Amino acid sequence: MGGIVSPGFRGRRGVEGGEVRLPPGQYLTEDFPVLTAGPTLRVPTDTWEFVIVTETGEKHRWDWQQLMALPSERPTVDLHCVTKWSKLHTSWQGVSLDVLLEGVDTAADYAMVHSYGGYTTNLPYEDLLHGQAWIAYKFDGEDLTPEHGGPARLLVPHLYLWKSAKWVRGITLTDEDTPGFWESAGYHDYGDPWREQRYQGD
Amino acid sequence: MARAAVPGGLSPRLVWRAARLVEFRDETPSARTLVFDVPDWPGHLPGQHVDVRLTAEDGYSTERSYSIATPADGTRVALTVQLVQDGEVSPYLTQTLSVGDVIELRGPVGGWFVWRPADTAPVLLIGGGSGVVPLMAMIRARRAAGSKALFRLIYSARTPEDRYYADELRTRARDDFGLDVSYVYTRKTPEGWPLPPRRLGVADVNNGGWPPDFQPACFVCGPTGFVEAVADILIALGHDARRVKTERFGPSGT
Repeated sequence: MGGIVSPGFRGRRGVEGGEVRLPPGQYLTEDFPVLTAGPTLRVPTDTWEFVIVTETGEKHRWDWQQLMALPSERPTVDLHCVTKWSKLHTSWQGVSLDVLLEGVDTAADYAMVHSYGGYTTNLPYEDLLHGQAWIAYKFDGEDLTPEHGGPARLLVPHLYLWKSAKWVRGITLTDEDTPGFWESAGYHDYGDPWREQRYQGD
Repeated sequence: MARAAVPGGLSPRLVWRAARLVEFRDETPSARTLVFDVPDWPGHLPGQHVDVRLTAEDGYSTERSYSIATPADGTRVALTVQLVQDGEVSPYLTQTLSVGDVIELRGPVGGWFVWRPADTAPVLLIGGGSGVVPLMAMIRARRAAGSKALFRLIYSARTPEDRYYADELRTRARDDFGLDVSYVYTRKTPEGWPLPPRRLGVADVNNGGWPPDFQPACFVCGPTGFVEAVADILIALGHDARRVKTERFGPSGT
Protein backbone atom coordinates (compact mmCIF):
# COMPACT_ATOMS: atom_id res chain seq x y z
CA MET A 1 0.00 0.00 0.00
CA GLY A 2 1.58 3.25 -1.01
CA GLY A 3 1.14 6.24 1.20
CA ILE A 4 -2.41 7.36 1.91
CA VAL A 5 -2.16 11.14 1.89
CA SER A 6 -3.34 13.00 4.98
CA PRO A 7 -4.66 16.36 3.78
CA GLY A 8 -3.19 19.16 5.83
CA PHE A 9 -0.33 17.09 7.17
CA ARG A 10 2.95 18.77 6.36
CA GLY A 11 5.47 17.20 8.64
CA ARG A 12 8.60 18.87 9.79
CA ARG A 13 11.18 18.12 7.15
CA GLY A 14 13.54 20.98 6.70
CA VAL A 15 12.84 22.22 10.20
CA GLU A 16 15.11 19.93 12.12
CA GLY A 17 15.95 17.56 9.32
CA GLY A 18 17.56 20.18 7.11
CA GLU A 19 19.55 18.57 4.36
CA VAL A 20 20.29 15.57 6.52
CA ARG A 21 19.52 12.25 4.93
CA LEU A 22 17.82 9.82 7.29
CA PRO A 23 16.83 6.19 6.74
CA PRO A 24 13.18 5.76 5.72
CA GLY A 25 10.64 6.27 8.50
CA GLN A 26 13.16 7.79 10.92
CA TYR A 27 13.09 11.18 12.60
CA LEU A 28 15.83 13.18 14.29
CA THR A 29 16.22 13.55 18.01
CA GLU A 30 18.76 15.43 20.06
CA ASP A 31 18.02 13.30 23.14
CA PHE A 32 19.48 9.91 23.75
CA PRO A 33 16.39 7.83 24.54
CA VAL A 34 16.71 4.60 26.49
CA LEU A 35 15.09 1.40 25.30
CA THR A 36 15.45 -1.76 27.29
CA ALA A 37 13.10 -4.65 27.92
CA GLY A 38 13.73 -4.70 31.67
CA PRO A 39 15.47 -2.98 34.57
CA THR A 40 18.84 -1.35 34.03
CA LEU A 41 21.71 -3.64 35.01
CA ARG A 42 24.65 -2.44 37.05
CA VAL A 43 27.68 -4.52 36.18
CA PRO A 44 30.85 -3.83 38.20
CA THR A 45 34.07 -3.65 36.20
CA ASP A 46 36.07 -5.67 38.74
CA THR A 47 34.17 -8.83 37.86
CA TRP A 48 33.39 -7.87 34.27
CA GLU A 49 34.62 -10.12 31.50
CA PHE A 50 34.15 -10.41 27.78
CA VAL A 51 34.38 -13.84 26.17
CA ILE A 52 34.43 -14.85 22.53
CA VAL A 53 33.61 -18.51 21.94
CA THR A 54 34.30 -19.95 18.50
CA GLU A 55 32.31 -22.64 16.71
CA THR A 56 34.87 -25.20 17.93
CA GLY A 57 34.42 -24.13 21.55
CA GLU A 58 37.69 -22.21 21.81
CA LYS A 59 37.40 -19.37 24.30
CA HIS A 60 39.08 -15.97 24.26
CA ARG A 61 38.65 -13.98 27.45
CA TRP A 62 39.35 -10.37 28.46
CA ASP A 63 38.84 -8.76 31.85
CA TRP A 64 38.27 -5.04 32.23
CA GLN A 65 41.93 -4.13 32.60
CA GLN A 66 42.86 -6.16 29.56
CA LEU A 67 40.14 -4.43 27.53
CA MET A 68 41.39 -1.02 28.66
CA ALA A 69 44.93 -1.96 27.63
CA LEU A 70 43.91 -2.65 24.03
CA PRO A 71 44.20 0.06 21.39
CA SER A 72 40.94 1.99 21.20
CA GLU A 73 39.20 4.03 18.53
CA ARG A 74 36.93 7.06 18.76
CA PRO A 75 34.24 6.55 16.15
CA THR A 76 31.63 9.22 15.45
CA VAL A 77 28.52 7.47 14.19
CA ASP A 78 24.80 7.90 13.55
CA LEU A 79 22.38 5.80 15.61
CA HIS A 80 19.08 4.54 14.24
CA CYS A 81 16.56 2.97 16.62
CA VAL A 82 13.78 0.74 15.34
CA THR A 83 11.34 2.85 17.40
CA LYS A 84 11.95 5.58 14.77
CA TRP A 85 14.40 8.01 16.32
CA SER A 86 17.80 8.72 14.85
CA LYS A 87 20.61 10.54 16.60
CA LEU A 88 23.44 11.83 14.47
CA HIS A 89 27.16 12.36 15.07
CA THR A 90 27.43 10.54 18.39
CA SER A 91 30.99 10.10 19.64
CA TRP A 92 32.19 6.93 21.29
CA GLN A 93 35.36 5.28 22.44
CA GLY A 94 35.94 1.58 22.35
CA VAL A 95 37.88 -1.37 21.03
CA SER A 96 37.25 -2.44 17.46
CA LEU A 97 36.06 -6.01 17.02
CA ASP A 98 38.79 -6.27 14.39
CA VAL A 99 41.28 -6.04 17.26
CA LEU A 100 39.45 -8.55 19.44
CA LEU A 101 38.95 -11.03 16.63
CA GLU A 102 42.49 -10.75 15.30
CA GLY A 103 43.78 -13.82 17.11
CA VAL A 104 40.53 -15.75 16.87
CA ASP A 105 40.61 -18.71 14.49
CA THR A 106 37.12 -19.08 13.07
CA ALA A 107 35.24 -19.85 9.90
CA ALA A 108 31.86 -19.03 11.44
CA ASP A 109 29.16 -17.29 9.42
CA TYR A 110 27.10 -15.95 12.33
CA ALA A 111 27.50 -14.41 15.74
CA MET A 112 25.25 -14.43 18.79
CA VAL A 113 25.90 -11.54 21.14
CA HIS A 114 25.22 -12.17 24.85
CA SER A 115 24.63 -9.60 27.56
CA TYR A 116 24.65 -9.62 31.32
CA GLY A 117 21.00 -10.15 32.24
CA GLY A 118 20.39 -12.64 29.44
CA TYR A 119 19.71 -10.42 26.43
CA THR A 120 20.86 -11.81 23.09
CA THR A 121 21.01 -10.57 19.53
CA ASN A 122 22.27 -12.21 16.35
CA LEU A 123 24.08 -10.88 13.31
CA PRO A 124 26.30 -12.16 10.52
CA TYR A 125 29.95 -12.55 11.52
CA GLU A 126 31.01 -10.28 8.64
CA ASP A 127 29.14 -7.39 10.23
CA LEU A 128 31.51 -7.45 13.18
CA LEU A 129 34.54 -6.87 10.94
CA HIS A 130 36.11 -4.13 8.84
CA GLY A 131 35.67 -1.23 11.23
CA GLN A 132 31.93 -1.73 11.62
CA ALA A 133 31.73 -2.82 15.27
CA TRP A 134 33.22 -1.90 18.63
CA ILE A 135 33.06 -2.82 22.29
CA ALA A 136 32.33 0.74 23.43
CA TYR A 137 32.95 2.01 26.95
CA LYS A 138 32.84 5.78 26.61
CA PHE A 139 30.13 8.05 25.21
CA ASP A 140 30.80 11.74 24.63
CA GLY A 141 34.08 11.40 26.50
CA GLU A 142 32.42 10.02 29.67
CA ASP A 143 32.23 6.50 31.03
CA LEU A 144 29.21 4.80 29.49
CA THR A 145 26.35 4.92 32.02
CA PRO A 146 24.39 1.78 32.96
CA GLU A 147 21.23 3.21 31.31
CA HIS A 148 23.05 3.23 27.99
CA GLY A 149 24.67 -0.15 28.47
CA GLY A 150 27.77 0.59 30.53
CA PRO A 151 30.30 -0.44 31.49
CA ALA A 152 30.53 -1.68 27.91
CA ARG A 153 28.16 -2.31 25.03
CA LEU A 154 28.47 -3.56 21.52
CA LEU A 155 28.27 -0.75 18.98
CA VAL A 156 27.22 -1.77 15.45
CA PRO A 157 25.72 1.48 14.17
CA HIS A 158 25.07 0.31 10.61
CA LEU A 159 22.25 -1.85 12.02
CA TYR A 160 19.23 -0.82 14.11
CA LEU A 161 20.30 -0.06 17.65
CA TRP A 162 18.85 -3.18 19.28
CA LYS A 163 21.78 -5.03 17.68
CA SER A 164 24.17 -2.86 19.72
CA ALA A 165 23.70 -4.99 22.83
CA LYS A 166 23.99 -3.20 26.16
CA TRP A 167 25.99 -4.73 29.05
CA VAL A 168 27.73 -7.00 26.57
CA ARG A 169 29.53 -10.01 28.05
CA GLY A 170 30.39 -12.15 25.07
CA ILE A 171 29.96 -13.30 21.51
CA THR A 172 29.42 -16.87 20.39
CA LEU A 173 30.45 -17.63 16.81
CA THR A 174 28.34 -20.22 15.03
CA ASP A 175 27.76 -21.85 11.67
CA GLU A 176 24.00 -21.49 11.93
CA ASP A 177 21.93 -18.32 12.38
CA THR A 178 19.76 -18.38 15.50
CA PRO A 179 17.37 -15.56 16.39
CA GLY A 180 18.15 -13.49 19.48
CA PHE A 181 15.76 -11.84 21.94
CA TRP A 182 13.95 -9.30 19.76
CA GLU A 183 14.52 -11.33 16.62
CA SER A 184 12.46 -14.12 18.24
CA ALA A 185 9.72 -11.59 18.98
CA GLY A 186 9.12 -10.60 15.37
CA TYR A 187 11.89 -8.13 14.70
CA HIS A 188 14.03 -8.46 11.62
CA ASP A 189 16.91 -10.90 11.55
CA TYR A 190 19.36 -8.40 10.02
CA GLY A 191 17.93 -4.93 10.71
CA ASP A 192 19.36 -2.60 8.07
CA PRO A 193 17.84 0.87 8.70
CA TRP A 194 18.42 1.99 5.12
CA ARG A 195 16.29 -0.90 3.86
CA GLU A 196 13.84 -0.35 6.74
CA GLN A 197 14.16 -3.92 7.94
CA ARG A 198 12.24 -3.40 11.16
CA TYR A 199 10.15 -6.55 11.35
CA GLN A 200 10.25 -10.07 9.98
CA GLY A 201 9.38 -10.00 6.31
CA ASP A 202 10.45 -6.37 5.77
CA MET B 1 15.08 -15.36 28.17
CA ALA B 2 11.72 -16.54 27.01
CA ARG B 3 10.91 -16.69 23.39
CA ALA B 4 7.97 -14.37 23.02
CA ALA B 5 5.87 -15.64 20.18
CA VAL B 6 3.22 -13.39 18.77
CA PRO B 7 -0.28 -14.83 19.11
CA GLY B 8 -1.84 -16.56 16.18
CA GLY B 9 1.58 -16.90 14.61
CA LEU B 10 3.55 -14.01 13.33
CA SER B 11 2.29 -13.01 9.94
CA PRO B 12 5.08 -13.23 7.39
CA ARG B 13 4.97 -9.51 6.86
CA LEU B 14 3.58 -6.59 8.83
CA VAL B 15 1.74 -4.81 6.06
CA TRP B 16 0.54 -1.23 6.14
CA ARG B 17 -3.21 -1.17 6.51
CA ALA B 18 -5.75 1.57 5.94
CA ALA B 19 -7.24 2.64 9.27
CA ARG B 20 -10.41 4.73 9.29
CA LEU B 21 -11.16 6.88 12.33
CA VAL B 22 -14.62 5.90 13.55
CA GLU B 23 -14.78 7.78 16.83
CA PHE B 24 -12.69 9.73 19.30
CA ARG B 25 -12.93 11.00 22.84
CA ASP B 26 -10.78 13.35 24.82
CA GLU B 27 -9.21 11.77 27.89
CA THR B 28 -7.64 15.02 29.09
CA PRO B 29 -7.31 18.48 27.52
CA SER B 30 -4.18 17.19 25.74
CA ALA B 31 -4.83 13.49 25.13
CA ARG B 32 -7.30 11.93 22.76
CA THR B 33 -8.38 8.34 22.26
CA LEU B 34 -8.72 7.49 18.57
CA VAL B 35 -10.76 4.44 17.60
CA PHE B 36 -9.94 3.08 14.16
CA ASP B 37 -11.59 0.49 12.00
CA VAL B 38 -8.85 -1.60 10.40
CA PRO B 39 -10.15 -4.19 7.93
CA ASP B 40 -8.37 -7.56 8.23
CA TRP B 41 -6.76 -6.59 11.54
CA PRO B 42 -5.06 -9.81 12.74
CA GLY B 43 -5.70 -9.19 16.45
CA HIS B 44 -3.20 -8.36 19.17
CA LEU B 45 -2.26 -8.88 22.80
CA PRO B 46 -2.64 -6.19 25.44
CA GLY B 47 0.64 -4.29 25.69
CA GLN B 48 1.47 -4.38 22.01
CA HIS B 49 1.77 -1.27 19.88
CA VAL B 50 1.36 -0.16 16.29
CA ASP B 51 3.34 1.95 13.90
CA VAL B 52 1.42 4.88 12.43
CA ARG B 53 2.46 6.45 9.13
CA LEU B 54 1.37 9.88 7.94
CA THR B 55 2.05 11.03 4.41
CA ALA B 56 1.97 14.63 3.20
CA GLU B 57 0.66 15.69 -0.19
CA ASP B 58 4.16 15.88 -1.66
CA GLY B 59 4.91 12.31 -0.61
CA TYR B 60 6.91 13.08 2.54
CA SER B 61 6.03 10.59 5.23
CA THR B 62 6.97 9.86 8.79
CA GLU B 63 6.18 7.15 11.33
CA ARG B 64 5.58 6.92 15.06
CA SER B 65 4.75 4.10 17.46
CA TYR B 66 1.70 4.15 19.75
CA SER B 67 0.52 1.65 22.32
CA ILE B 68 -2.86 0.05 21.75
CA ALA B 69 -5.32 1.00 24.51
CA THR B 70 -7.82 -1.82 24.09
CA PRO B 71 -7.77 -5.61 23.88
CA ALA B 72 -8.37 -7.32 20.56
CA ASP B 73 -11.89 -6.52 19.35
CA GLY B 74 -12.45 -7.51 15.76
CA THR B 75 -11.35 -4.76 13.43
CA ARG B 76 -11.33 -2.05 16.12
CA VAL B 77 -7.99 -0.64 17.28
CA ALA B 78 -7.93 2.20 19.82
CA LEU B 79 -4.90 4.40 20.51
CA THR B 80 -4.61 7.15 23.09
CA VAL B 81 -2.31 9.86 21.80
CA GLN B 82 -0.75 12.51 24.00
CA LEU B 83 -0.33 15.88 22.31
CA VAL B 84 3.33 16.86 22.23
CA GLN B 85 3.29 20.61 21.64
CA ASP B 86 6.22 20.72 19.24
CA GLY B 87 5.60 17.21 17.97
CA GLU B 88 5.43 16.31 14.32
CA VAL B 89 2.68 13.70 14.37
CA SER B 90 0.68 14.02 17.60
CA PRO B 91 -0.78 17.49 16.82
CA TYR B 92 -2.19 16.12 13.58
CA LEU B 93 -3.62 13.01 15.24
CA THR B 94 -5.15 14.84 18.21
CA GLN B 95 -6.32 18.07 16.57
CA THR B 96 -6.78 17.59 12.83
CA LEU B 97 -7.75 13.98 12.17
CA SER B 98 -11.54 13.71 11.86
CA VAL B 99 -14.03 10.86 11.89
CA GLY B 100 -13.96 9.21 8.47
CA ASP B 101 -10.34 10.15 7.76
CA VAL B 102 -7.98 7.34 6.81
CA ILE B 103 -4.38 6.93 7.90
CA GLU B 104 -1.99 3.99 7.68
CA LEU B 105 -0.90 1.70 10.46
CA ARG B 106 0.78 -1.65 10.80
CA GLY B 107 1.17 -4.09 13.60
CA PRO B 108 0.78 -5.47 16.12
CA VAL B 109 4.38 -4.93 17.19
CA GLY B 110 6.17 -6.18 20.28
CA GLY B 111 5.84 -9.63 21.77
CA TRP B 112 7.56 -8.97 25.11
CA PHE B 113 5.65 -6.27 26.99
CA VAL B 114 2.42 -8.23 26.84
CA TRP B 115 0.02 -9.82 29.29
CA ARG B 116 -1.67 -13.02 28.24
CA PRO B 117 -5.17 -13.62 29.65
CA ALA B 118 -4.24 -17.26 30.31
CA ASP B 119 -1.57 -16.12 32.81
CA THR B 120 -2.76 -16.59 36.39
CA ALA B 121 0.10 -14.91 38.30
CA PRO B 122 -0.67 -11.66 40.13
CA VAL B 123 0.08 -8.60 38.03
CA LEU B 124 1.56 -5.28 39.09
CA LEU B 125 1.11 -2.43 36.65
CA ILE B 126 2.99 0.82 37.25
CA GLY B 127 2.38 3.62 34.79
CA GLY B 128 3.66 7.17 34.57
CA GLY B 129 1.68 9.71 32.53
CA SER B 130 0.71 8.35 29.13
CA GLY B 131 2.53 5.14 30.08
CA VAL B 132 -0.79 3.95 31.44
CA VAL B 133 -2.08 3.23 27.92
CA PRO B 134 -0.75 -0.32 27.40
CA LEU B 135 -1.52 -1.09 31.06
CA MET B 136 -5.13 -0.05 30.48
CA ALA B 137 -5.27 -2.50 27.58
CA MET B 138 -4.27 -5.22 30.05
CA ILE B 139 -6.90 -4.15 32.61
CA ARG B 140 -9.59 -4.14 29.94
CA ALA B 141 -8.41 -7.48 28.56
CA ARG B 142 -8.55 -9.01 32.04
CA ARG B 143 -12.23 -8.16 32.37
CA ALA B 144 -13.05 -9.05 28.78
CA ALA B 145 -11.48 -12.49 29.22
CA GLY B 146 -13.06 -13.08 32.63
CA SER B 147 -9.60 -13.55 34.11
CA LYS B 148 -9.33 -13.86 37.87
CA ALA B 149 -5.65 -12.90 37.98
CA LEU B 150 -5.16 -10.31 40.72
CA PHE B 151 -4.24 -6.93 39.31
CA ARG B 152 -2.87 -3.82 40.97
CA LEU B 153 -2.29 -0.57 39.13
CA ILE B 154 -0.17 2.25 40.50
CA TYR B 155 -0.69 5.30 38.33
CA SER B 156 1.52 8.35 38.59
CA ALA B 157 0.03 11.51 37.06
CA ARG B 158 1.02 15.16 37.26
CA THR B 159 -2.41 16.31 38.41
CA PRO B 160 -5.89 14.75 38.78
CA GLU B 161 -6.85 16.42 35.49
CA ASP B 162 -3.98 14.66 33.70
CA ARG B 163 -5.30 11.17 34.47
CA TYR B 164 -6.40 9.14 31.47
CA TYR B 165 -9.51 6.93 31.78
CA ALA B 166 -10.34 8.44 35.17
CA ASP B 167 -14.05 7.55 35.19
CA GLU B 168 -13.52 4.09 33.78
CA LEU B 169 -10.78 3.29 36.29
CA ARG B 170 -13.01 4.46 39.13
CA THR B 171 -15.79 2.16 37.93
CA ARG B 172 -13.48 -0.76 37.33
CA ALA B 173 -11.77 -0.43 40.70
CA ARG B 174 -15.27 -0.82 42.14
CA ASP B 175 -16.66 -3.51 39.84
CA ASP B 176 -13.73 -5.53 38.46
CA PHE B 177 -13.21 -7.93 41.32
CA GLY B 178 -9.51 -8.34 42.07
CA LEU B 179 -8.41 -5.01 40.60
CA ASP B 180 -6.92 -2.35 42.87
CA VAL B 181 -5.96 1.11 41.68
CA SER B 182 -3.82 3.63 43.53
CA TYR B 183 -2.55 7.04 42.48
CA VAL B 184 0.49 9.19 42.98
CA TYR B 185 0.40 12.87 42.00
CA THR B 186 3.61 14.65 41.15
CA ARG B 187 2.45 18.28 40.76
CA LYS B 188 -0.99 18.75 42.24
CA THR B 189 -3.21 16.46 44.32
CA PRO B 190 -7.01 16.30 44.57
CA GLU B 191 -8.72 18.18 47.43
CA GLY B 192 -8.16 16.48 50.74
CA TRP B 193 -5.44 14.13 49.47
CA PRO B 194 -3.44 12.90 52.46
CA LEU B 195 -0.03 13.49 50.90
CA PRO B 196 1.70 16.38 49.16
CA PRO B 197 2.57 16.08 45.46
CA ARG B 198 5.70 13.99 45.06
CA ARG B 199 7.41 11.45 42.89
CA LEU B 200 6.50 7.80 43.24
CA GLY B 201 8.71 6.18 45.87
CA VAL B 202 9.50 2.93 47.62
CA ALA B 203 6.53 3.24 49.97
CA ASP B 204 4.09 3.61 47.08
CA VAL B 205 5.39 0.50 45.38
CA ASN B 206 5.43 -1.36 48.68
CA ASN B 207 1.87 -0.33 49.61
CA GLY B 208 0.24 -0.37 46.21
CA GLY B 209 2.07 -3.38 44.81
CA TRP B 210 2.56 -7.04 45.66
CA PRO B 211 5.18 -8.62 47.90
CA PRO B 212 8.01 -10.17 45.87
CA ASP B 213 7.06 -13.57 47.36
CA PHE B 214 3.90 -13.49 45.28
CA GLN B 215 6.12 -13.48 42.20
CA PRO B 216 3.96 -10.98 40.36
CA ALA B 217 4.45 -10.14 36.73
CA CYS B 218 5.47 -6.48 36.79
CA PHE B 219 4.87 -4.10 33.90
CA VAL B 220 6.35 -0.61 34.10
CA CYS B 221 5.69 1.99 31.43
CA GLY B 222 6.39 5.70 31.24
CA PRO B 223 9.09 8.25 30.57
CA THR B 224 12.65 7.00 30.86
CA GLY B 225 13.44 8.57 34.25
CA PHE B 226 10.22 7.22 35.73
CA VAL B 227 10.81 3.70 34.46
CA GLU B 228 14.43 3.70 35.60
CA ALA B 229 13.41 4.78 39.11
CA VAL B 230 10.51 2.33 39.41
CA ALA B 231 12.47 -0.63 38.05
CA ASP B 232 15.27 0.11 40.51
CA ILE B 233 12.74 0.21 43.36
CA LEU B 234 11.25 -3.13 42.32
CA ILE B 235 14.69 -4.73 42.25
CA ALA B 236 15.58 -3.18 45.61
CA LEU B 237 12.36 -4.58 47.08
CA GLY B 238 13.41 -8.04 45.97
CA HIS B 239 11.48 -8.56 42.75
CA ASP B 240 13.10 -10.84 40.22
CA ALA B 241 14.49 -8.75 37.35
CA ARG B 242 13.18 -11.35 34.91
CA ARG B 243 9.62 -10.59 36.01
CA VAL B 244 9.99 -6.86 35.51
CA LYS B 245 9.09 -5.83 31.98
CA THR B 246 9.59 -2.24 31.00
CA GLU B 247 8.60 0.07 28.21
CA ARG B 248 10.36 3.43 28.15
CA PHE B 249 9.20 6.42 26.20
CA GLY B 250 11.81 8.03 24.09
CA PRO B 251 12.25 11.61 23.04
CA SER B 252 8.62 12.60 23.32
CA GLY B 253 8.41 11.47 26.93
CA THR B 254 6.92 14.07 29.23
